[in-house]
Amino acid sequence: MPDWLQSVLQPAGPQAERVHALWNFMLAVSVIVYVVVVGVLLLATFRPRHSEAELAEGAPGERGVTRLVSLATAVTVLTLFAFLLFDFSTGRALTSSVKPAVSIEVTGHQWWWEATYYHDIPNKRVTTANEIHIPVGRPVLLRLNSQDVIHSFWAPDLNGKRDLIPGKESSLWLEADTPGVYRGQCAEFCGYQHAKMAFLIVADRPADFQRWYAAQADTAKTPTDSLTSRGLEVFLTSPCVMCHTIHGTPAGATLGPDLTHVASRRYIGAGALPNTRGNLAGWILDAQGIKPGAHMPPNSLSPADLQALLAYLGTLK
Amino acid sequence: MSAPITADPAAAEPEARASVRELHETLERTWSDRPGLLGWLMSVDHKSLGKRYVITAFVFFLLGGIEAAMMRMQLARPESRLIGPDLYNQLFTTHGTTMMFLFAVPVMVAMGLYLVPLMIGSRDVAFPRLNAYGYYTYLIGGLFLYTAFFLNTGPDAGWFAYTPLSGPEFAPGKRVDVWAQTITFTEISAIIGAIELIVTIFKQRAPGMSLNRMPLLVWSMLVMAFMILFAMPWVAVDSQFLAMDRLIGTHFFNQAEGGDALLWQHLFWFFGHPEVYIIFIPALGYVSTIIATFTRREIFGYPAMVLSLVATGFLGFGLWVHHMFATNIPQLGESFFTAASAMIAIPTGIQFFCWIATIWGGRPRFTTPFLFILGFMVTFLIGGLSGVMVASVPFDLQVHDTFFIVAHLHYVLIGGAVFPLWGAFYYWFPKLTGRMLSERLGRWNFALFFIGMNVTFFPMHLLGLAGMPRRVYTYLAETGWGTLNLVATVGGVTIAASVLVFLYNVARSLANGEVASSDPWEASSTLEWATTSPPPAYNFAHLPVVQGRYPLWSRTVDEPVVTGLRTDQRQLLITTLLDATPDHRHRTPDPTLWPLVAAVATGVTFIALIFTPWALVVGAALVAGPLIAWGWPKPKPGDPIVTEGVR
Repeated sequence: MPDWLQSVLQPAGPQAERVHALWNFMLAVSVIVYVVVVGVLLLATFRPRHSEAELAEGAPGERGVTRLVSLATAVTVLTLFAFLLFDFSTGRALTSSVKPAVSIEVTGHQWWWEATYYHDIPNKRVTTANEIHIPVGRPVLLRLNSQDVIHSFWAPDLNGKRDLIPGKESSLWLEADTPGVYRGQCAEFCGYQHAKMAFLIVADRPADFQRWYAAQADTAKTPTDSLTSRGLEVFLTSPCVMCHTIHGTPAGATLGPDLTHVASRRYIGAGALPNTRGNLAGWILDAQGIKPGAHMPPNSLSPADLQALLAYLGTLK
Repeated sequence: MSAPITADPAAAEPEARASVRELHETLERTWSDRPGLLGWLMSVDHKSLGKRYVITAFVFFLLGGIEAAMMRMQLARPESRLIGPDLYNQLFTTHGTTMMFLFAVPVMVAMGLYLVPLMIGSRDVAFPRLNAYGYYTYLIGGLFLYTAFFLNTGPDAGWFAYTPLSGPEFAPGKRVDVWAQTITFTEISAIIGAIELIVTIFKQRAPGMSLNRMPLLVWSMLVMAFMILFAMPWVAVDSQFLAMDRLIGTHFFNQAEGGDALLWQHLFWFFGHPEVYIIFIPALGYVSTIIATFTRREIFGYPAMVLSLVATGFLGFGLWVHHMFATNIPQLGESFFTAASAMIAIPTGIQFFCWIATIWGGRPRFTTPFLFILGFMVTFLIGGLSGVMVASVPFDLQVHDTFFIVAHLHYVLIGGAVFPLWGAFYYWFPKLTGRMLSERLGRWNFALFFIGMNVTFFPMHLLGLAGMPRRVYTYLAETGWGTLNLVATVGGVTIAASVLVFLYNVARSLANGEVASSDPWEASSTLEWATTSPPPAYNFAHLPVVQGRYPLWSRTVDEPVVTGLRTDQRQLLITTLLDATPDHRHRTPDPTLWPLVAAVATGVTFIALIFTPWALVVGAALVAGPLIAWGWPKPKPGDPIVTEGVR
């Protein structure tokens, strides 16, 4: 079993819980309506009528039928009103705004997520990719943007989805009740690898979150041994450097995910593979085999260079 | 009008018999298609074209079904490598485009074009040459899409083609242009069909068929036609804006240059939501017709039924934003669309209640068409209820663009339109072909389809709630979505089996099916059952006069018929809009090849337009030629004026 959740029916935050309550209400009403309507339909279809007398019997007159149909219509209208009231009150509850404890700018790219945490001190801002940590029990505000096409951010255990439309910033509130890992996926078709554009939201206890944040705000560790030094050199002299940033090194390109703390993340390739050494090697050599159409090119590295690079990337906690 | 002349020559006196035979022969000469392939291509008969239209649409239904089957195979297990993202994206785009634009709307229009003149007691649709042009335009559009698909240029940006994904920057190549131009073809044919239906229904009804006596199916076709007329132009504008952005560098949808990416969605859904009702409303007409026949009861609450159809037609235009709840629309606006979306359940509910009341008061006969109608009611209701659910903004934000919506829309469209359509196929097949379909195979067809449909699509509700988004070509094993997906695929196989049973049933019936009488269902109520199966080229030897809402049930022995139309040229009786009192006779055009030529010229123009804007200039001239030839007046010596008053 995975160590994350991805379901509307296992809400883990106040927003998702409100929606879950609404769902339960609608499901119950729908089941009742369905059973009643289909029940009456089946009765109407299969009621016994062997003779004309039996046919006429149990068939109310024109007036009676008109009254019954009108009654059924009135009940329909009242049910819909009840639905609207429940719906609007849920909608209000979801949008009541407070001061966010954390606010994060999430940018959609074909086919990965970039997350930048706001901080009053510019060099304390943190940029990461595909794995967003939030503190438990605190309201989090996401500011959603896209760099290319329309994506949609959706972590079903925490809240509904919101589209990321290029040039039109939108926002989404999240809050997690319990620590855990909640998976989400892009919900708006965004091209070739729409299927492999996932992310994780990691809800940490506030203290853990602070620790994580402090680590992420740090620059990358300087290599200490010859193997990892060689790894950094491979990174800086291969195509890697054309797209990726590692803070604390000369690598500062922003086309691909920020790799300053890549080893701290659980998955690579926006949820395509668990972040293991072997998977990372496969990803570096032939990302196209794993995620065809992704913008990560294949790389040809000698085995020694690859091992050095993997060792170096492994230090980027 | 005069005393009746019996349509059966054998029953008449010798001299009367001779004159009746002569009448039939003259009408046959006047109205039938010319012989041979050329005659077939020149046909302007609503029945020939209607049948071709239905068969073509059904072939596209099969193709769309094959695409669906391929997608189900890919999704049957996690991380399957059967089909890659490139093909998968083309498959779901082509599947959606096919089912919506090449199957559902055309098949409904086609049924209307075939049935309406018969049901209202006329001899052809209004503008029969335009009818031919509309059909050929549609055919060329469909062939164009599939030619591109087999050349690996199938559209891959979704049947909704959201910008900027479908724009020039993110969709280089010609795939999206193929999509945009396919849409243009089908828009033209649908709008043509709508115009024909409206004029035919308004001006060609048999004397006595006032608006308040019109069969419910004709009402539903009328509402559908008006919806097409008001909805289709928006997607025409939209797809042409897109084509211009792509071809000549306009910036309608380019945010960076002052365009608006959301404009696309508004225009698309302002068409796209009414489209659902364009498909659904004719189906309601089939349901009412079939229920009336197989319970031998008038549909309860005719005025309520008609008003519900019309109300659905209007409300259908007020819901489009519920496809866009996840964009940043102001909340007050969203509430309006929630209320409107919930409101549409009311007219549909009223129709449900009236049908149940009708069945209650009657004695149902469990024929295949009736089974499909029962299937419609118990299946569509699930889609209707989940439709009210997704009208809620907070809930929709959870399930929007997930498999829950895939389930919902298939319950609505298959439950709400394909079940009644299948019932309609079984019901009118004898009228179209003169042969009965096998009831035993029909029951198999129904049972497999009913089971298959539910097994395929019900689990998708759960998949959506479990977090599975739409339009993904694969998913991780850890998500746990594998089992339900496998179940859905098994359901898909069942649907395929049911379609095969249907095809076998049709083939078997055409080869040696039981020959159908003029009214094989006994106690059908509408006028198409008053003529032979299949109807002669001229539909009715004597145009009927209508005396009630269910004309064949209120027939009297000395029923009047219409006389005074010329038999040696194609004349239609034009009646007034409200009361259908005879107004004048109208000479309707003879068969010609020009609509086909014009359609081919249009096709060449549209296809060339995806490569160069100059195609418009050259193409305009190319299309103008056949159009002029088509409309060129050719009075024969001794012809009376084209239109004259009733003598």
